[in-house]
Parts: sequence; C-alpha cells; structure tokens
Amino acid sequence: MATNNEAWGSRVGLILAMAGNAVGLGNFLRFPMQAVQNGGGAFIIPYLICFLLMGIPLLFVEWTTGRYGGQFGHHTTPFAFHKMNQKWLWKYIGVFGIFSNLSIAAYYCYIESWTLSYTMHSAMGTFHGLSQHGVSNFFTNYLDISTTTTGIPYEAVVFYVLCLAMNVWILSKGLSGGVEKAAKIMMPLLIIFGIFLAIRGITLRAGHEGALFDGVVGLNFLWTPQYDSLMNPKVWLAAAGQIFFTLSLGQGSVQCYASYVKKKDDIVLNSMSAGWMNEFVEVVLGSAIIIPIAIGYFGLDKVLELTQLGGLGLGFRVMPFLFDQWGPILSVMAGVSFFGLLFFAGITSSLAMGTPCMSFLMDEFKWRRGRSAIAFGVAVLVLGLPTVFFFQEGVFDEYDYWAGTVSLVVFAMLEIILFSWVFGVKKGWAELTAGADIKIPNVYKFILKYVTPLMLIAVFFGSAIRPVNDDWSKLSFRGWELHKESILGQMLHNNIGPNHKYFTDAFYSEKSGTVDSVYVERNRNYVRVTETADAVKTTASFEYKAKNQLVVKPGDKVTTGDVLYTGGVINKVFFIDISRFLLTLIFVLIGFTVYIAYRKRVREHTI
Amino acid sequence: METQALIFMVSAEVIITALTLYFFIRVLFTKPKGGSDSYTDE
Repeated sequence: MATNNEAWGSRVGLILAMAGNAVGLGNFLRFPMQAVQNGGGAFIIPYLICFLLMGIPLLFVEWTTGRYGGQFGHHTTPFAFHKMNQKWLWKYIGVFGIFSNLSIAAYYCYIESWTLSYTMHSAMGTFHGLSQHGVSNFFTNYLDISTTTTGIPYEAVVFYVLCLAMNVWILSKGLSGGVEKAAKIMMPLLIIFGIFLAIRGITLRAGHEGALFDGVVGLNFLWTPQYDSLMNPKVWLAAAGQIFFTLSLGQGSVQCYASYVKKKDDIVLNSMSAGWMNEFVEVVLGSAIIIPIAIGYFGLDKVLELTQLGGLGLGFRVMPFLFDQWGPILSVMAGVSFFGLLFFAGITSSLAMGTPCMSFLMDEFKWRRGRSAIAFGVAVLVLGLPTVFFFQEGVFDEYDYWAGTVSLVVFAMLEIILFSWVFGVKKGWAELTAGADIKIPNVYKFILKYVTPLMLIAVFFGSAIRPVNDDWSKLSFRGWELHKESILGQMLHNNIGPNHKYFTDAFYSEKSGTVDSVYVERNRNYVRVTETADAVKTTASFEYKAKNQLVVKPGDKVTTGDVLYTGGVINKVFFIDISRFLLTLIFVLIGFTVYIAYRKRVREHTI
Repeated sequence: METQALIFMVSAEVIITALTLYFFIRVLFTKPKGGSDSYTDE
C-alpha cells in the first residue's frame, strides 16, 4: 500500500509536460489540413478568436479544477468534481476524465507506434528509391498485420507492444523522474526538429531536388485569406474543434497534471505559457512543413486531392517519398526528424493520458506507482488490440469518434457549467487567481460565465445536428438530412449504406458505377467499382473472402444496393456496434469503480 | 508570395512567437515564492 506522493520537479518541467500533453500529431497533421479546407489564411481569424474565448478559458477551468482537487488529495476528475459539488451526478460526470484518457490511449498508442517504426525505417533507408505509390503501399502493408516489412512477424503488433512498454516504463518512474524528464528531453528536440523541417520546407526551390514549385507556393496557398469563408458556420465549427483538440481539453489530463500544484503556486502564468507554446508549435512550425513540401513536389491540385487522405494519410503515405528526393543524407535526416518529432509529440501526449489512470489507482486503492503503470499498460493493450486487428473494419475510427471527439466536447461543456454556474464563477475566479504571477483581465470573468459555455453548447449542438454538405441553410422544422459525421447521424448509422445487417448471405454494392476489375492484393480478394461523374473518377474496392461467390464480372454496371457477392458475410456495422458496446462497457466499469471508491471513502470518513 | 498572404502569415507568427517567448521568459525569471512549494527541485 502506498500514498500518492508524486510531485513535479520544476516549474519549467511542469510547463514542458503540459505543452507536451497538448502538442500531438494533430499539430503537424491536422491543423494544416483544417486550414487548407476552411479558408486558408482567413482560418487563423476564427482560430485565434476561439483560442481567446474558448481555449484559454477552458485551460483556466481545467488547471483550477485540477489544483483545487489536488488540495484534498484528489488527482483525478471524479472526486475533484465531487469536491466542487456534492450532488451524486458530478463524480460520475468526472468519469469522462479517466474514460477518455484510457480509450484514446488505446488507439493513440497504435499511431504512436507507427511513428516509432517509421523513424526506424527512415534511419534504415527503407524508403530510398520507392515511388510514391510504393511508399503508399508500404503503409498499407504495414497496417496489414499479417505482413511484415522487416521480417519481424506481426510487426505492427510488435511495435505497438514496444511503444506501450516505453510508456509504462516512463510512467513507472513517476511524475518528476519519468514524465517530466521525458518532456524536458523530447519537447526541445521536437522544436529543433520542427525548425529544421520548417526551414527546409519554406526554402524549397523549384527545379532543385525534384521540386516543381517553390516552398512559398504552399505557404501562399495556406495563408491567402478567403474572407467569404468567415460567413460559413462550418469554418467556425472547424476552428473551435481544432482549438479544442490541439489543447487536449475535455480529457482530464490537464486537471491531473495541475492537481500536483499547490494552491500558493501560480497556475495562470503556467497555463498561458503552456497554451501559447502549443500554438507556436502548431501555427508557426506545423503550417510550414507538410503543406509547403507537398505542394512543392506535387502542385496544388494533386495536394488538394491528397488532403482527402487526411493528415495521417499525407504523413505516412506521401512524406517519406518527398524526403527521399533530398538525397541520401538529408532524406534520412528529414525522415528521422519528421517521424521523430511525431513520436515525441505522441508519447508526451500518451504519458499525459496514462497519468490520470495511474493517479486514480494510487489515490483510491493505494496502489504503488509501478503496479498502476503496468495496469494502465495492460488495459490499453487489451482495449487497443481490437483497433489493431480490426483496423479495416472501422474499430479505430469508432474509438476516435466517440472517445476522441464526442466525449471531449461533452465533458468540456459539462465542466464549464460546473465551474461557472454550479461551483460559481466567483469562487472559481478566487481559486484560479490564488498565487497568480500575472493578472487576468476582468473581462474573462464574463467570458468564463457566459461566452465560453455558450460557445461549447453551440459546438456540441452544431456537431450533433450538422447538415449534409455543411449546408446550414437546409435547417428547418420539417427536418433535414444529417451529415454522416454528425453525432446523430453516427448514432443512426447514416453512413452505413445498404449493408446494415450484422450477418447476411449477400453483400450489396455501396457505390453505383461499373465493375472495372476483380483482383488479388496481399492474398486478399477485391472487386472494384468505378464511377465517373462530371469527369471525376471515384473508385471503391470491396473485399470478399474465398468462400464468397461473386455474382458480377468486370464490365457489369451496378447501382448502390445491387448484390456483388453471396456467401456468409459479417458486415462492418457489426464491428462498429461492438466497438460502441465496448466503449460503453468501459465507461460503466470505470463508473462502477468510482462508486466502489466512493463507498470506501465514506467508510473511512475521507470524503 | 502574395502580399495579403505574407501579411497574414507574418502577423500571426510574430504575435504567437512573441507571446510564447513573453510568457515563457516570465516563468523563467519569476522568483519562486517563499516556503515549501510544488516543485521538489526548487
């Protein structure tokens, strides 16, 4: 049995750890995509407004909640919230602060392991001489756990376990001996690597090293303001969402880190320093790497097409090919820097996810640090393996949507209501400003009470009822078609299409067009349907098993809902619903654990 | 690079970099408060 005596070693260490919590893969892979897709340079206007009106206030709320709970020995949100208001509900709302971290870590550590593997492959020169198609295939093969790129069987699983082991080892060293030390080494290295890549990106010259355009062409595209986009609610929703995710708000990790700060010590200057450091990495470094380099080599049109792959797709399927154009030495340096900085960004974030899970076990059940770290590692492995084995079946995407998106918005909305309206903004302000080393403008009292809660409620409802094509003019009392990524749309399986049964004897085409080929790739069978509409060709490939019987052949015309093959079929919707059930089960189990801990505290008169 | 894009980029990046440095430097040069505090190395 042990008491939780964790503490930060230094103020700078705390700030670097908090910045590391915020800085993640999204700073380099998500922000540039969001800017490109939402108004270019004009995106920075709603982005910074949302940072000032939502990001900073939420940072204040989470640091304050954390430090407040820490005064009473509560280093996680369930009992920190309970301390703020004794009504039974709040400690169960606080469950999000553990659930989100555990569930996100499950799939986030998998992505982290890709960056570790790619750092190794970059150093080994694996991508040397590969075409862009070859690099893309490499990634596809890597995700197929039955194949290997290094001769190591189940390579993706091996790297995942290795990555988890690194997280557990660092976490077992504690806050100052592990998390802080890692942040003090990795954050400066991340910034140095980022500066190197940003300089390479913006100094790219057309006609040199295979580049078609100057690096500034990409910067020009990214930063040219499209003012009419500011009238589009989609852009504001995207900006609010980006601020939200980039600062790791609504997760419970900021509260946990802050709970180890004493009341007489500042949290205002600390939170501002960590917050702006994240913005520096995102806006100054993140915007100067992927987009300028990609546009320099492919041109604008091709890169706009490639942004459909998403940031992860661009990062893993394209960047290694582009780095390889820089010659044998620079390509290794660039690859190691890029994937190395992504790894540092990832692991400093996953350590922040592990700390609340460990702190809960240490606070409530007096587990030792090592045992708590191992428990976290095992839980993440068990929850995460479905995202590895059933990646193609959509399990990863489900975890990312419900735990990594919806939960965060819901939790942040509820915590600001607790802080500003239940605990009270007067008491909250007094707690926030205790020990402060800088003064906060008084207008933030108003912002905390009215503006930020309203913004979060708007973000939540906007995400819940988002219309198809983001056409907000379609909203009416007679109803509207929901976007497939809206919360309600997801709950109603709007994007499932004709294959909406778990188990059937037939698979139906999800696309209209022509069957253009039947092929085998990596020992898997596919039938491909191509649609040509308005001179834009889109294709979709559908996998079938050896036991299935194809009822179409190349050249056949099909419409959505036509049978492609028969035989036993387990549809993606089954895996999607199993994932949702699993996540709900985890939430309920953690809630039950909080109940057990509460009863224990009542018996021991410690609450 | 077009002028408007350059203005947006430079303004945003200068403001963000300046604020980042300002707050971090203030942290570095703020004297620790007397008595026991949160940081075991200080």
